[in-house]
Amino acid sequence: MLGEGILKGLAETAKNFAGSFVSAERLTTVEYPEQRIAPIEATRVFPFLVYDGPEWEAGLRCVACQICEKECPPKCIYIEKSKDKKPDAVGKQQFYPAKFDIDVSVCMSCQICVEVCPFEAIKMDTEFELSTDDRFGGLLHDRKQLAKSNEYYHHIHPTEAAEVDARLAEEKAKAEAKAKAAAAAPKPAVPAAKPAAKPVEGEA
Amino acid sequence: MKTVEEIKAAIETAVPGASIEIVPNASPSGQLSLLLAPNHAVAVAEFLRDDAELALDFLSNATGIDWPDKEITEKVKVMRQVLKTVDGAEKMVEETVDETRKHVQPGYLEVVYHLFSIEKKHGPVVIRMRTTNRTDQVQLPSLTPVWRSAEFQEREIFDLFGIVFTGHPDLRRLLMWDGFKDHPMRRDYVEPDDFEYEPTAHDEVLARSKAHQAAGQEGAGVGL
Amino acid sequence: MTDSLVNASAVDKKLKGWNRPPIIEPDGEAELLEVAMGPHHPSTHGVFRMDVALDGERVVRLKPVFGYLHRNHEKIAEGNSYLASMPYTDRLDYICSLTNNWAYALAVEKLVGQAVPERAEYLRVILGELTRVQNHASAIGFLIQEMGASGTPLMYAFREREKILDLFESLTGSRMMCNYMRFGGCRVDASPAWLDAARKVVAGLPGFVDEFEALLRSNEILMARTQGVGILRPDLAINAGVTGPMLRASGVNYDIRKVDRYGIYDRFEFRVPLGDHGDVFDRFMIRLLEARESIKILEQALKEIPDGPVMDGKAKIRGFRPKAGEAYGRIEAPKGELGFYLISDGGPNPYRYRVRPPSLVNLTILEDMCLGQNVADVVLIFGSVDIVLGEVDR
Repeated sequence: MLGEGILKGLAETAKNFAGSFVSAERLTTVEYPEQRIAPIEATRVFPFLVYDGPEWEAGLRCVACQICEKECPPKCIYIEKSKDKKPDAVGKQQFYPAKFDIDVSVCMSCQICVEVCPFEAIKMDTEFELSTDDRFGGLLHDRKQLAKSNEYYHHIHPTEAAEVDARLAEEKAKAEAKAKAAAAAPKPAVPAAKPAAKPVEGEA
Repeated sequence: MKTVEEIKAAIETAVPGASIEIVPNASPSGQLSLLLAPNHAVAVAEFLRDDAELALDFLSNATGIDWPDKEITEKVKVMRQVLKTVDGAEKMVEETVDETRKHVQPGYLEVVYHLFSIEKKHGPVVIRMRTTNRTDQVQLPSLTPVWRSAEFQEREIFDLFGIVFTGHPDLRRLLMWDGFKDHPMRRDYVEPDDFEYEPTAHDEVLARSKAHQAAGQEGAGVGL
Repeated sequence: MTDSLVNASAVDKKLKGWNRPPIIEPDGEAELLEVAMGPHHPSTHGVFRMDVALDGERVVRLKPVFGYLHRNHEKIAEGNSYLASMPYTDRLDYICSLTNNWAYALAVEKLVGQAVPERAEYLRVILGELTRVQNHASAIGFLIQEMGASGTPLMYAFREREKILDLFESLTGSRMMCNYMRFGGCRVDASPAWLDAARKVVAGLPGFVDEFEALLRSNEILMARTQGVGILRPDLAINAGVTGPMLRASGVNYDIRKVDRYGIYDRFEFRVPLGDHGDVFDRFMIRLLEARESIKILEQALKEIPDGPVMDGKAKIRGFRPKAGEAYGRIEAPKGELGFYLISDGGPNPYRYRVRPPSLVNLTILEDMCLGQNVADVVLIFGSVDIVLGEVDR
């Protein structure tokens, strides 16, 4: 019969239209920004720098090794290495980034920097409401804007942060055992153990 | 499917005079290719397509490669007459001397075609062609009359590498605009500096843009 | 515009080979109307232009013009390390980033002879087939939209696509720019909770495809607009290198999942749907049927997925330098054969990096299909090719 297909299609549309009143699952949109959907843990937006302890400047994990700067596909990271060393969160003397800028107008949120970082120092944020009226300066984030605490990291990516913490604790314990053994041995002190260069395999 | 050597032999019997060279490939992929001489390429291509056993009816991928001039430095041992004092008297003595020789391996442009057979479901057979040089003798025969799928891909190669395909029905630039001069995929391509700069963290772009404007080349910023 | 059209026409007349588009002579002394459709035409899927010469309503010549989105992806890749190109491949066909990842990873694995663990292969199949379902759903949605059914079918397709994108986001961290696969495996493992969520989404998909089919298939307007329109002959399709659903709608049995059996596709039972007529309606139906076959593969893969690592132990993330050589790897992406051709000179960057984009090659015969058709059907025929400009222009 001519028109049968069209009637069938209209019945389908009517079913969907009425369905959203009956079943919550069929109602698929929310009214942003008043309503928000539950955050997805693995979401990634732009990178941030993790620091331990209460002081952001003292606790930065980054040692300015510049691997991420080199590996960044769109080259949006800019690092200046410090001339002097200062103790990091665990008290070891390390270089630190005198300047660490990320141009988020260039960044493409690929998280290659997170993957190549051997120090678990750079992670992906979930904050996406970053609009600003300054197109150039406002989107160039410096290290102060980028520094976020480990607690914040635990807050946004709990599973992954717990894994990272366990891994760091293990490495620290290993390094301490090694240092103890070196101190006990009669030989002159072995140079401090290099942090294990391990790729990050967490989800972010 | 036939091996590359068998295909080479089959072509040489079918197309008299065609000279074919097998190009080695050290990768574990083991995809060897056949280097065709341009003057017989179309006949060979037609044979590959129409041969009942090969039936390579599907040209999947066509692309160009730029191999610029390469300066090769090598150390060679040379015999030479040297003036030397032997037993108090000066004499000419033969001696081996290390000498560094430099020579320039001329560059060329290359096209690569990946062929498959939809009928026989085998492949890939890789064929290549090389131009004489990179400047004035860059003509190669077009394979578009044999496989239509080369039409846009050869236009792209012409656009980005500057290889001129003779016998191509509609050889125009594909991706760049008509007034564009250079070929961006060549290794020695110099990026333009007359773009509208956007400051980045590195600011190389800004420096180049400023240098361009300082040189008085007006019209900077309005993308050609 | 006129120049190129006139010249191209003259050239074509000289070279009337068997694989050239037919020459259509305008009626009598009718004046030709030349129209530039695009680049800002709402139905050109992005910035794409068709220079069309019309005799009344009839198309007598059509030249596609593109390159507006050209950023020389290949050149960028030659200046970057192998790994750093992976996120760029997401941006080729931005609807199907996971299959792009897969094709690139496969080509690099071929280049270096890298093995992939079992579980990673299963994850790749699951994500690849989910990508195919959502690509086909939105392709059909867009096609119907271009026919004038603004809104409803496209929104239904997008509602379902959203569920799949949520899955992608919870596994890879991003909805569209997934950047998930690595040389020798996948970046992160899927949790049991994720697999359960995927099973739930897949269980809902057959219902959606049924609903979609009921909505559209027997619609008289759709049939009148699409049947017998834009016919592509199988011999021309093969010669022009057309691949994917386009080729199979013309009745050619060629699916790289069956031919190459890359990954673990030889373990799954699925069929390759083929069309009879090669018109727009067939291309539309083939996509629906392929989505059904993908759901079958998904159900099998989600049932059989084993435990184990997702990255090969020998795979390298930093300091990746393949030995000198070359490789061409290809997969059956939702739009056709997506291949990557890589040449290594032993350095950290590829010496040559080439993408074989299905969208670009499938456009070769756009003119052949449109000649002699009404101008209103050009939009439909173009929509049935299913292209993404990010991949055409690269």
